[in-house]
Amino acid sequence: MKLKTTLGSEVYSFTELKEVFAKANEEKSGDRLAGIAAKTVQERIAAKMVLSDITLADIRSNPFLTADEDEVSAVIEGDVNETIYRNMKNWSIAELREYILSNETGDRELKRISKGLNSEMIAAVTKLMSNLDLVHAANKMEVLTTCNITIGHKGTLSSRLQPNHPTDNVDGMIASLKDGLSYGIGDALIGINPVDDSVESVKRLLHATHDFMNDWNIPTQNCVLAHVTTQMKAIQQGAPADMIFQSIAGTEAANRSFGISAELIAEANELAKKQGTGSGPQHMYFETGQGSELSAEAHYGIDQVTLESRNYGFARHYDPYIVNTVVGFIGPEYLYNSKQVIRAGLEDHFMGKLHGIPMGVDICYTNHIKADQNDIEDLGVLLTAAGVNFIIATPMGDDCMLNYQSMSYHDVATLNQTFGKTPAPVFLEWLEKMGIYENGRLGRNAGNAALFS
Amino acid sequence: MNEQLIQTITKLVVEKLKSNEVSQPSAGTADVQIKLHSKQATGALTELPPPENPNGKVTFHQTTSAKPEKKSAVHPQPAEKTISKQEEFIEELKKKTPSRIGVGRAGSRPKTNTWLQFRLDHAAAVDAVYGEVPDKILHQLDLFQVQTRVKDKEEYIRRPDLGRKLSDEAKELIKKRCAFSPSVQIVTSNGLSAKAIEENLEDVYLSLVQSLGNLGIETGTPFYVDKGRVALMDEIGDVLQPDVVVMLIGERPGLVSAESLSAYLCYQPRIGTIEADRMVVSNIHKGGIPPVEAGAYLGTLIQKILKYEASGVSLVKKEG
Repeated sequence: MKLKTTLGSEVYSFTELKEVFAKANEEKSGDRLAGIAAKTVQERIAAKMVLSDITLADIRSNPFLTADEDEVSAVIEGDVNETIYRNMKNWSIAELREYILSNETGDRELKRISKGLNSEMIAAVTKLMSNLDLVHAANKMEVLTTCNITIGHKGTLSSRLQPNHPTDNVDGMIASLKDGLSYGIGDALIGINPVDDSVESVKRLLHATHDFMNDWNIPTQNCVLAHVTTQMKAIQQGAPADMIFQSIAGTEAANRSFGISAELIAEANELAKKQGTGSGPQHMYFETGQGSELSAEAHYGIDQVTLESRNYGFARHYDPYIVNTVVGFIGPEYLYNSKQVIRAGLEDHFMGKLHGIPMGVDICYTNHIKADQNDIEDLGVLLTAAGVNFIIATPMGDDCMLNYQSMSYHDVATLNQTFGKTPAPVFLEWLEKMGIYENGRLGRNAGNAALFS
Repeated sequence: MNEQLIQTITKLVVEKLKSNEVSQPSAGTADVQIKLHSKQATGALTELPPPENPNGKVTFHQTTSAKPEKKSAVHPQPAEKTISKQEEFIEELKKKTPSRIGVGRAGSRPKTNTWLQFRLDHAAAVDAVYGEVPDKILHQLDLFQVQTRVKDKEEYIRRPDLGRKLSDEAKELIKKRCAFSPSVQIVTSNGLSAKAIEENLEDVYLSLVQSLGNLGIETGTPFYVDKGRVALMDEIGDVLQPDVVVMLIGERPGLVSAESLSAYLCYQPRIGTIEADRMVVSNIHKGGIPPVEAGAYLGTLIQKILKYEASGVSLVKKEG
């Protein structure tokens, strides 16, 4: 394994693979914060060059965190298909990139190699890819999943309706829900972030959304994004939840800071299968985001792209219905500005897809980061081009509970119309029946929440 | 990317407290909000030079409460009666939530007014990050000021680790001026919104002190930290050895409110304290939990923490 390169008269040498990985990243404030970023732009490129010659076998035999040390590593390692891996283990990362981009490589081929790749290999190739590479390659893959309905088809852009309310008021939540539905939002999920994480409150919101879906025959699924243990209790007490949600991270220690473990997630998945209202086969929903391991001081000097990739390796073990990165939420100390948020959004989506998981994105920003609505509209366009499974939408992009901005109901409709896409087929049928969509785009009743009176 | 467990636990604690508390003003209880620690803003960001008047010539436009927006019928040509019924229905919906619903559309895009209103609210939130806490308030409350290791706002954003550490001078100063090993150490900091301190600190602080006094709980010597982060309480805990630290800190500005304050609490915070042992009462401002009520409420919460000698996850475990 060669960790050295000469560029002109300058020799760049790196002490370990972890350092090459970190320095090969595009600029991120989080890697700087961790003190592991490239010092100069040229050093960054030197690291990419070194990385391009590293083989898949080099990566697998030099783990940053061994399966013995860390259960996330153990989960990822255990899911590698040895036969597929053996057939390509001598590929360099450059060769892997070129295989992925080859016109001979399509959905089927990518899904095959996916089974032989671990999360570090997927992170490595991501570091060598341009933004357009990431868009183009991700768009080759179609990942379909089913909870109550199936989403992820080519030619669709689904959405999670996020009708949050600052006090979890059910009427207030329903008001926002009606408004969102009237724009054709919510085929991936009607998902509420609760303020009050108590079992009673979660049950109340689950019942309210479930009843509303039944009353209006809406082909979608519900979820209240409380802590996994709270949702499990609510389900055990008979609340109707179509899936179980949890935020996850890329190391065992960071997961512990979230109050979760691999065992707990497996239990939740079993419970959702046995007692959830979703028909499945997929029953889990995960959220991720670059920087959370550093934030939890559980990053082991590993860069945030690699750690994020490990989220997806962990997630795929549980065959989730949906996964999304909350890409601009974490704050400027991890993703400083719109350029970094856009890069991270494209990386996360691609890495998720190459893991074979149904990847969505909460395209968002906070008020102390250098970004505004125009920037996330840009990322919305890029991700729609990349074939993102779903994005999150709030009223006018303003989440009045979490105090951040995401995409709007209008944005989802606009992206669909601009790209000639539609919501998921079963949901689209319902929208057309309601006059919300006509001829594949917003129709006569669109934007009229009074429809649900 | 959040410690939802903290939220769960803290909320459970608060729920229990609420059910025991008859003295809580009813207006406040419905609004008590516990949020994720890591979903709270932890840094203020700017690359721009500070505004000419650093003491915050920030204008706040009250846009979300008063919004007699022109209602344009979405349906191209419904009968008069239908329009008014529709409008009425949507107006009713809008009363139920502060979210921006029922705003109409231009094709698939928002109306111009709605769009510009949104941009204006975001602009106000961004500008709010630049304010400074007026010295007058700190004098009034007799709070002396110390610094973290952060030099300026830019560094505050990029280096949260430095905002979690006291400067050497600060360490010396609090050692010299603060009572050692009090039951409760109150710390205040601007965090991401000086406006939050300016608008709420006096009420929260005075009612907290009064509440603790009524409960017979001894407090140490309070002070103000410029550009602090929440976990700064760990180092303060190491230096002063209090049983409980309560930190009042400005939240990241939102579009609805740029002046929201949070109170973080922890039992015996020391270097190495885990996040799950912290708890937070957030959304303290005149449109959320009224500051006076928040102060009183925090007093009872601290009483609970002292009784169980635990906070956050550990508190819930001990309570069983």
